[in-house]
Amino acid sequence: MIARDAAAAREAIDAPRVLAGLSASLLVLLLLGLLVGDGILALPDRLILLEIRLPRTLLAALVGGGLGVSGAVLQGALRNPLADPGLLGITGTAGLGAAVVFYWGLAAHFAPALPLGGLAGAAVGASFLLAFAGRALSGASLILAGIAVSALAAALLALALSLAPNPFALAEITFWLLGGVADRSLSHVALAAVPILLGTAILLRLGPGLDALSLGEDTAASLGVPVGRTLRLAAAGTALAAGGGAAVAGGIGFVGLVVPHLLRPLLGQRPSALLPASILAGATLLLAADLLVRLAPLVLPLSQPLPLGVLTAVLGAPFMVAIARRMPLP
Amino acid sequence: MSRPWPGGSPDASRDGPEADPGDAGFSPATGLSFAHRLVSIGDRPVLHDIALTLRPNELLAVCGPNGAGKTTLLRALAGLLPGTPPRDPRRVAYLPQNARCAWALTVGQVAALGRIPHRDSAESPVTCALQSCGILALRNRRVDRISGGEARRAMLARAFATEPDLFLLDEPTADLDPVAAQAIMHLLRQTAESGRAVVVVQHAVDLAIRYAHRIVVLRGGRVAADVPAREALPALASAFGLPFGVDPEPRLLPYDERASPH
Repeated sequence: MIARDAAAAREAIDAPRVLAGLSASLLVLLLLGLLVGDGILALPDRLILLEIRLPRTLLAALVGGGLGVSGAVLQGALRNPLADPGLLGITGTAGLGAAVVFYWGLAAHFAPALPLGGLAGAAVGASFLLAFAGRALSGASLILAGIAVSALAAALLALALSLAPNPFALAEITFWLLGGVADRSLSHVALAAVPILLGTAILLRLGPGLDALSLGEDTAASLGVPVGRTLRLAAAGTALAAGGGAAVAGGIGFVGLVVPHLLRPLLGQRPSALLPASILAGATLLLAADLLVRLAPLVLPLSQPLPLGVLTAVLGAPFMVAIARRMPLP
Repeated sequence: MSRPWPGGSPDASRDGPEADPGDAGFSPATGLSFAHRLVSIGDRPVLHDIALTLRPNELLAVCGPNGAGKTTLLRALAGLLPGTPPRDPRRVAYLPQNARCAWALTVGQVAALGRIPHRDSAESPVTCALQSCGILALRNRRVDRISGGEARRAMLARAFATEPDLFLLDEPTADLDPVAAQAIMHLLRQTAESGRAVVVVQHAVDLAIRYAHRIVVLRGGRVAADVPAREALPALASAFGLPFGVDPEPRLLPYDERASPH
């Protein structure tokens, strides 16, 4: 107990060390990402490296980083340790947008149609969210609006699936919705990078506002923080940083939820202290998960590659249960 | 009045605009005049015909029955309600009722949040604030692992760290034991007498009479009395519908700095 108090107090000294450690592991995993193929560990030829492994590795890092920082900002802004990008319905509407593109068969004619559909879905979801939540925005109204948007997206997605033109389209949509970073090209990476980097830049600036919000919205306002504007930027930044990832990599859950919980014991609980580290930790986590996906065929008799989103959920769910059991009662 | 947050008015107020702008902000020399015909939350009128002057060197206690509008008055003074002018967050510190921190920050980190309006991380105001509130030794402890009274002092230290000219404190002594409550009221009176204006919403009428310079009695959203603390008893008794008189029983005596461990 005393050791933990001390850990929180050492935050300022420890932060550079934690950031350095995370950067080092991220670099190692990026290198491994180029070395490890589906069930093989060898340096590939130039074509495989550039066309297959590089986009896959970069995409995992980008998507993970965007999800990590989105989770850290949302938990801070909503003062809720269970908040994550999925809660606001952004992942759901991105999936819906992609499914609609599948449904009309647009992806067959124009490859980037799928991620563009996902991006459009995320944008529509974010606009809905801000419209539902109304002008007078509070954390509670944002959560309620997010639940409404999620439910609507899930219902419309079920409709799109039930009306799917043929069984192959249905299978394809389902697989895409499970989430993954395999078989994407560098143009997919570029498409995801723009919104993710833009959203991350927005989210990183919210630190002091999030710190003030930990004392409640009234106190934050009395400290001169524009509360409504901070919440709107948190929602918009999340839509870009997490929606951009969902548009290209499908529904990857639990990364945004888990990353802030992993970092708090190391960095203390001040929301702004988690932001830069949450990018690195999210990227590291998703890269590690994708490496597990690639190595899974070595140990498991799999006819199909393991979907990345399934792996993060299978690993993330028990972890969250463990955290919830240790959490003190309010 | 300059605001340090670019492009922002504190738009946390979520209620319909109803009140008249009736003051020109707080000045350390003359204090603040607050005059509003009507203050509403949504379409529900809460305060009527309020005219108050907050003066430096004065601890003002706001008393009155539950639902009289005390919290609304404080939020209006803090500029958090629509129609009330926003305050300079570097000069005015507001502590809401039941203030708590959503995350397990350390006491020092909570107090340091009071520097947000100044956009600096100056150490000395934070140390001074912790010292004044008597929790310097708890600086590195987490707020979820100290007593309720200590946590409340941490919240108060956040307000002190801002080094404001005007303190607006909503029940800063709720749930505290009598000694801790008296110690805080004593600190607030000293703070006021060092040139600041301090407003507390205070349910403990005896504490208000003992420590405040002036008492405003609210009843049904109106100012029922605005009198020196020593003359407030009849107005308080009538606002609460209680008789008053001399109590012959032995009682706890006022806080004595030298005799108390706080």
